[in-house]
Amino acid sequence: MNEALWALGRGTGVVSLALFTVSVLLGILNRSGRPLFALPRFSVALVHRNVALLATAFLAIHLVTLFGDSYAQLRLVDFVVPFLGAAKPFWLGLGTLAVDLMLAIVVTALLRGVIGVRVFKAVHWLTYLMWPVALLHSIGNGTDAGQAWFIAFAATCSIAVLSALGWRLSRGFVEYQNVRIGKAS
Amino acid sequence: MNLRAPDPRSAADPTVLLHIDWTKCDGRGLCTEILPELLARDEWGYPLSYGYGSNVPVPDRLLDAATDAVSLCPRQALTLIDR
Repeated sequence: MNEALWALGRGTGVVSLALFTVSVLLGILNRSGRPLFALPRFSVALVHRNVALLATAFLAIHLVTLFGDSYAQLRLVDFVVPFLGAAKPFWLGLGTLAVDLMLAIVVTALLRGVIGVRVFKAVHWLTYLMWPVALLHSIGNGTDAGQAWFIAFAATCSIAVLSALGWRLSRGFVEYQNVRIGKAS
Repeated sequence: MNLRAPDPRSAADPTVLLHIDWTKCDGRGLCTEILPELLARDEWGYPLSYGYGSNVPVPDRLLDAATDAVSLCPRQALTLIDR
């Protein structure tokens, strides 16, 4: 049973990171205002949200299954307050930090209609901090971080997010941007 | 026997308006996908209601779709107004 929880705890961490990566990519695409092949714009927005919520669910399993694990030695405070961990406090603390950021991002996203676009957007920008923090946590804390498959996985995620970020910062990222800033000039 | 006075508004006279706040609208195009019968896209990507400007009458059958458009608008530029 202990072995099963340990495997589940590690596996859900990896799945969660994969889903968060997909959600970041979809979020950037969503901001550009473009559809994804046959997927219309409003579907991109909904899939972005649902993948993020799924990632959050996997993250919850990741936390619960590793709680009380004899190696991770998690206490309840480690779920909320970073860098107090008994084992690998720095790398664990990055995970805790990512959880805190994720909670803020998810709650404000779900309450977007109540809190308004400004607050939502300000908090949602924290995703650009949360994602690399989560990735570093997986590399520094992950039992499988040295495995070839994990290195390939982490590299694929990083390249994908960095490419999307490059596109995000490029001219003409937003649909109609080139038309709006005027070909007349 | 129906004692209620007949509603002067016919089915062709919708009671709900979709209001577009142009100070918030960024022309992301989600509403034009959800409500293609009500909104087109102009050449800069902004919604274009066929002859109604900022307050677009919503027929009953499109009320659910209009509600979705309001909640999915990335800029919260849409509201439904009861007439």
